[in-house]
Amino acid sequence: MRSPIGRAIGLGSAKEGVQHWWAQRLTAIALVPLCLWFVASIIAIVGADLETVQNWIGQPLPAILLVLLLVATFYHLSLGLVVVVEDYVHTELAKLGLVIAVRLLSFGFAVAGIFAVLSIALGSAS
Amino acid sequence: MRSADRPLSPHLQIYRWQLTSVMSILHRATGIALSAGTILLVWWLVAAASGPEAFEGAQDFLGSWIGLLLLFGWTVSLFYHLCNGVRHLVWDTGHALDLESTYLGGWVVAGATAALTLVAWIAGIARWVS
Repeated sequence: MRSPIGRAIGLGSAKEGVQHWWAQRLTAIALVPLCLWFVASIIAIVGADLETVQNWIGQPLPAILLVLLLVATFYHLSLGLVVVVEDYVHTELAKLGLVIAVRLLSFGFAVAGIFAVLSIALGSAS
Repeated sequence: MRSADRPLSPHLQIYRWQLTSVMSILHRATGIALSAGTILLVWWLVAAASGPEAFEGAQDFLGSWIGLLLLFGWTVSLFYHLCNGVRHLVWDTGHALDLESTYLGGWVVAGATAALTLVAWIAGIARWVS
């Protein structure tokens, strides 16, 4: 049972969700070509030494695509894992703790990955 | 009867699985596995930025049998989640939602996952030995 105004605004009882749904789809679409490119690129440098790997990451296009891959991946996985936590964890405190852990860890790992790529690309890696 | 002793429904011992529900569960399972796998990716990138010693450590782990097993599981999970994700995106447009299409799409995803994994590993091993 929804009022005409509720139907028009498109809000359910949760008052949110469209943003989550849309961000999940947007990152999913971005990740299709990015993941295929990444797997193909890794296959091309299987067994390569550090210098070759650094040279590959250091080029503009791979560096840009790697940063985009990291952003889209960690955004997508934090959205997904939060839903998993909300579905299976029913104790409020544990749920809150896990949601905070997912959010902070995915943000932290994303920053670590992006920093690594940039430090190689901008020439400060040893 | 305490609530923990109550019989479960569906009765899992005699429950007949369907392709559609198994694929739905696998989508979530591979999503969680891939999330864990990103730790490996970030470790490898940070190692490459840190220098020869750290990089060698990461490469040695990835080249060990447990590392290769993880990489294989990661490849299967990635291709499955990717293909089934595209199936989900098609559903989001309102298409292919009837029973016949969901089963057909399911088998296409299973076949594509196997084919992409096989191609990736054959190409990777060919690259490795050359």
